[in-house]
Amino acid sequence: MAEIVGGITTSHVPAIGGALANGLQGEPYWKPFFDGFIPVRKWLSEVRPSVAVVFYNDHGLNFFLDKMPTFAVGAAPEYRNSDEGWGIPTLAPLGGHQALSWHVIESLVNEEFDPVTCQEMLIDHAVSLPVALLWPDQVCPVKVIPVCINTVQAPLPSAKRCFKLGQAVARAVQSWKGDEKVVMIGTGGLSHQLDGERAGFINRPFDLEFMRSLIENPAWATKYSTYELVEKAGTQGIELLMWLATRAALPGRVRQLHTNYHIPISNTAAGLMLMDNQG
Amino acid sequence: MSRAHAEIPGTVIFDSVQAMKGYALNKMCYSFNAECNRQAFLDNEEAYCTQYGLNAQQREAIRNRNVLQLIAAGGNAYYLAKFAGIFGLDMQDIGAQQTGLSKEEFKTKLLAANMQR
Repeated sequence: MAEIVGGITTSHVPAIGGALANGLQGEPYWKPFFDGFIPVRKWLSEVRPSVAVVFYNDHGLNFFLDKMPTFAVGAAPEYRNSDEGWGIPTLAPLGGHQALSWHVIESLVNEEFDPVTCQEMLIDHAVSLPVALLWPDQVCPVKVIPVCINTVQAPLPSAKRCFKLGQAVARAVQSWKGDEKVVMIGTGGLSHQLDGERAGFINRPFDLEFMRSLIENPAWATKYSTYELVEKAGTQGIELLMWLATRAALPGRVRQLHTNYHIPISNTAAGLMLMDNQG
Repeated sequence: MSRAHAEIPGTVIFDSVQAMKGYALNKMCYSFNAECNRQAFLDNEEAYCTQYGLNAQQREAIRNRNVLQLIAAGGNAYYLAKFAGIFGLDMQDIGAQQTGLSKEEFKTKLLAANMQR
């Protein structure tokens, strides 16, 4: 039976791609952010997951407003990164796990979720950068299953629904007969707002409470509507929905192994959590 | 069309109203994922806007490189970021422009969030 070994939640910001391309990891601006990943890499090298389910939001690379899925699941043999408009060097393609992807899709639909299925899917910085941060020195050793959640166009799926999605993905993985070791990864947030007169909005107390809640009271944030979450975390801070789905996809005894929180990376409060999942 | 949510100060929720209003503008910005399209825009801005069917408000906002005007014209932050990239503007440039601060003042504002308790 496939095993869910833990979860990693992290922010994603295009500027991280620029920093990687220019080798700025040791610069004072970047070091507190990049150093946060060292314990997570150590854990990954010990636990050695073989598959990563990545909850992320597309930023207008794979999906446009002509067809905007609320949930989409990748079922491709390979996922390519591509230019998102800034000419930042693209990162290596990631291998997929088609059989497990389809199993997850079958299981989700059986549970009355209705995701879009993607046999071709470009992945943007929300997938490629966390992978580059977690496995910087090697070809990515995990196969990925991208799960995209709409944060572009309201109405967004509720926090409660994203939590249930995470739980359903966990049940899907646990019912897979293979011996894969699966890590859940959620990328986005934490508080930030790029647009409007409120640009630059960051809410440190809320972020810290949200991170704490994932350990102490995981469904805490599901009491808020997506609009309330935008008010508390910013228009792009709503990407914390990925963290919520990831946490919900850890069904066992969950411990926090590592955490980092740094303001700012670009305009974003950058958060990182590593949780293991036992039993 | 009525909105399904309350107002948040300084914030435009990208909802059905904005999605319809901004479709042509966002479609043009989405095209800027490709380098050849960014170049085509730079080569002939007016022709490129015409090709995507931008309305007068959207053209004016594009001409002014003004993010708040672009949002008012239906622009979505994720797509507008691609437009900003053409001019080498980063998110602090964009933030400064929208908040009426200098870039340094805007960065100071971001850092000040560390003092929130």
